[in-house]
Formats: sequence, C-alpha cells, structure tokens
Amino acid sequence: MAAPAFKNGLVRWIDHRLPVFSFLHHELHEYPTPKNLSYWWNFGSLAGIVLVIMIATGIFLAMHYTPHTLYAFDSVERIMRDVNYGWLIRYIHMNGASFFFIVVYIHIFRGMYYGSYKAPRELLWILGVVILLLMMATAFMGYVLPWGQMSFWGATVITNLFSAIPVVGDWIVTWLWGGFSVDNPTLNRFFSLHYLLPFLIVAVVMLHMVALHRFGSGNPLGIDVKGPQDSIPFHPYYTAKDSFGLGVFLILFAGVVFFAPNLFGEPDNYIPANPMVTPPHIVPEWYFLPYYAILRAIPNKLLGVIAMFASILVLFILPWLDTARVRSAKFRPTYRKFFWVLVIDCFVLGYVGANPPEGWFVITGQIATAYYFFHFLILLPVLGLIERPLPLPQSISAPVLKPAEGKA
Amino acid sequence: MAEAATATRGHAEGETRRDFIYLAAGGMGVVGAAAVAWPFISFMNPSADVLALSTTEVDLKPVQEGMAITVTWRGKPVFVRKRTKAEIDAAAATPLSALPDPQPDSARAKKPEWLILVGVCTHLGCVPLGQKTADPKGEFGGWFCPCHGSHYDTSGRIRKGPAPKNLEVPAYAFLDDTTIRIG
Repeated sequence: MAAPAFKNGLVRWIDHRLPVFSFLHHELHEYPTPKNLSYWWNFGSLAGIVLVIMIATGIFLAMHYTPHTLYAFDSVERIMRDVNYGWLIRYIHMNGASFFFIVVYIHIFRGMYYGSYKAPRELLWILGVVILLLMMATAFMGYVLPWGQMSFWGATVITNLFSAIPVVGDWIVTWLWGGFSVDNPTLNRFFSLHYLLPFLIVAVVMLHMVALHRFGSGNPLGIDVKGPQDSIPFHPYYTAKDSFGLGVFLILFAGVVFFAPNLFGEPDNYIPANPMVTPPHIVPEWYFLPYYAILRAIPNKLLGVIAMFASILVLFILPWLDTARVRSAKFRPTYRKFFWVLVIDCFVLGYVGANPPEGWFVITGQIATAYYFFHFLILLPVLGLIERPLPLPQSISAPVLKPAEGKA
Repeated sequence: MAEAATATRGHAEGETRRDFIYLAAGGMGVVGAAAVAWPFISFMNPSADVLALSTTEVDLKPVQEGMAITVTWRGKPVFVRKRTKAEIDAAAATPLSALPDPQPDSARAKKPEWLILVGVCTHLGCVPLGQKTADPKGEFGGWFCPCHGSHYDTSGRIRKGPAPKNLEVPAYAFLDDTTIRIG
C-alpha cells in the first residue's frame, strides 16, 4: 500500500511521524467493501455509535449520581427533576441500553442468516460473542444502580445464580456481595465495574474491527470478493449508507426517548429498594427474558443455571457446529426456514420469560428451550451434511454484469 | 532452528539447565502474581464493620401465639414465629419421606413454639410471603415464595417448587426466656 500524497503540509509532517492519516485513508477510503451490502449490514456501525452514546451519557450521569444505598434512588430522582436536562440524559442512557440490545441482536441474527461466522471469520464472530457477554454484565450492573425494587431483587436473584455452584457457591456469592446480602458494598462495586466494562467493550470492539478488516465484510451472497469489480471503497459509499441508516435509527430512538421513555421499563423500579419485601412478580429487563425462560424451564437449580449460561456459550462454537460450506441462507432453502423457526423460538422464550411460571407457560418454556439447543447442537451439524444448496453465482458482479460482459 | 543451534554447541545438558531457569522463573512469576492477587480478592470480601454487625438481639415478649415478626440480621430478613399447637403437631407429624430435604422438626427449633428462620428462599433469594395474616401461606400452611413458586411448611421445610433446601435456621441462643440473640 503506497502512502497517499496529502496536499496539506502539516498533515504530511504529522503523517510521516505518526501515520494516523495513512491509517484512516487505508482503512476507510481504500478499504474495499463488497458492493452488494444490504441494510442488514448497517447494524455493526450502528452498534458502535450506540456504544459511544452510552459512554458519553454515562460519564455525565456519573457526575450527579451517588452510589450509596441511602442516596442512590434519590440522586437518580434528583437527576430526573432538578438537574438541568437530567431527564434527557438519563432517558437517553436508560433507553439506549434497550436500543443497544435491539441493534446487537439484529446484528447477531444477520450473522446467523448469512453465515458470517464461517471461515475465515470465526474469531471475528467469537470476539462478537465476548462483546455480547460484556454488554450483558454491564447492562445488569447498570440496572442495579437506581436502587429501585427491581434493581435490588434483580441483583439478588442474578447473584444467587452463583450459589448453585457446588461446594464454593455460597463463598462466591458472599464474595460478590462483599457482605451477607446485596447491600452498600455491592452497589459500590457494581458502580465501579459498570464504569469499567464499557471501556473493555471498546477494546474488544477494536479487536473485532482488526479481525473484520483482515478479510473484509461478508455479503448477502456469501461468496468471496473476486476482484476490484466486486467492491467499492467504504468511504464515501458506505459512510453515506450508514449515515442514512443512523438517521432512521435516531428518529425511532428519539421517538421513544421523548414520547415513551418508560416503554421498556418496569414501574416497580420507581419504588425504592426494600430488602424485606420481594415484589410479587419480578422480571428482568426484556433483553434477558429468553435466558430467564431457559433458567426456569429446568426444575433443577444447578442444571437451570448451567442451561442458561450454555445458551450463550453455545454461540462460541457455532462456527464448528454449522457444517455447511455455503455461507448465505439465500442458497440454503432448508436452513432458511429453520433460521426463522429459531427467531420465533427466541420470541416465544422471551414471552414465556415475561410471564409467571405457571400452567402452560411451563411446558411451552420447556419445549422452546429444548428446541433452542436442538437447533444448535443437532439441526445445524446434520443439516449442513444433508442439505443440497442452490447453485452459487460465479461472482458478486456476475448476475448484474453478465449481459454486458457476455462471459463469466 | 533451535535444534540446529543446540547441535552446533553440542551440549544437551545446557538445554536442560536453560529449561530449569525458564520453569523456575515462570513458577516464581505465578507465585508472585498469586501473592498480589490475594489482597485484591480479599478486598472484595465482607469488611470488619460488616462482620461486626453479625449479631442481632430480639425481644420476644410482644409476640403472641400464632403471630410472626420479621427482624433484620446481616441485611436479611429473619422470620420469628410463635407457632400454635396445631402448627407444631402438623410439622412433627410429617413423615421424613415426604420431604425433599429431610429434617425432623425437633432439629429445627430449640423450643418447639419458637421457630426462627432466615427469610430467604433457598432457590434464588426472594423473601417468601406468609408473615402477615393476609399473605398466602402456600399449600402447607407455612410460607410461599412468589418469585418461582416454592411452598414451605410450618417448620420452614421445602415441600413443593424449585427451591432445593429448607429455609435456613440461623445460629441463635436464648439469652433468657424472652430474648434471643441471632448470629
């Protein structure tokens, strides 16, 4: 790669000593991107932007928040009522978490549909799963900070999951709490870690980008870029497309922040935490509901906890569970149907997780949990071997340019 | 490459000594890292002031038969219930074979009329209902956990639902006939 000739003398001087401008030119302008990316490819950059929004609003909220059991709830209410634009910054942060998960879940399912995790992008996918786990830990600890009833009992139930570990379980839970129940030491450390983890996410996102730029984006056809006629520079083409998508996203996001800011929230979290009274119906935030349903589907405490963690850990080995050589579901007619069954299954799990474990919800949750693991552990390995994929086009350009070129 | 270099020097025992130094240095590094990690891990465990709050004294005088009070011990609710004759008999009459976590009632109360329990469900830590007269007490007349539906009997033993164990009996002592110290 030849260093580009910059017109500005100062830029040339800096770039010779610190090649940031060459780097940006190489990774944005020269970076060849498949020319057939659809809007499903917007959600990666969108997730990055939401991460920046969350960090920015979070740093400002920390300037007025007090991490103490006696003051936390009141300090959040003070942010809402007395602090200038406090309501705005908090509602952006609070709903930003929900939108972050919406964007990331779409990004993950896009990866599943188009086989984005297949060679040579396995590590790219695994880094993404690491980001998901860090996001879940961050979101959980952030939800505890306002110290409402759901904060407190969510923290109690989730930390108690670790008590299911044989022998050392109780010791670990006491260690996590820094006491004998969720209390001030717990709140303090959750605040500390809630501030730290987003920066770890930034670090893993950077690795995710390094891995991405090694082989470039996949594309809806799932075939490799075969030459310059198949790609266009990222900038200005995809910066423009991403910006348009960002505009649409921000309209929806602002719509919720301004007109339905508590849409995703639980009213019980506006009641101050009371360690003596558990609310009659406790549920986690919506983005954890499917995992919660899996936890409750199994009547044994330890096995339930194992199943819940396994539902995410199975994603780490997804690149090796899927035996199909063809990446895109566009050319896998059978897989395409089962992909949508999995999407519906996840919604069913979410619905079951939101409801009390009684009556037909119990058996529905158990069937949906069994299907979730069946999809990854049995269906994907077998389907890759027996499915007959449709013929792949010869190149990204071929279907479009064939009449003009007259040859393949 | 490495083999070629060793071969030219012709000293197999030199390689062994180098390996030993690597292992010894690596081993010391691990010991050092563990020594540094220990204070950080211990830092997160309960501090002296938290440990100092680990006993609570309760005056039992105002509690009438059939009544229950909830006190705080180590930040957790503790149920103190003065059981009626019928409740004690029901608990004592239950065969151990009917219990998921078998324990006779006599092993759970120092004085049969006073039942003292940590009011934390052994499933995932919610506070079971049953202390107030209007609360649901579950199918066995003791406590009912609303989170995931565990039923406890009049001895606080698990009878039905996902909880694996009986409600915990904290360490306590009768200081006199009407005062107990928990912890």
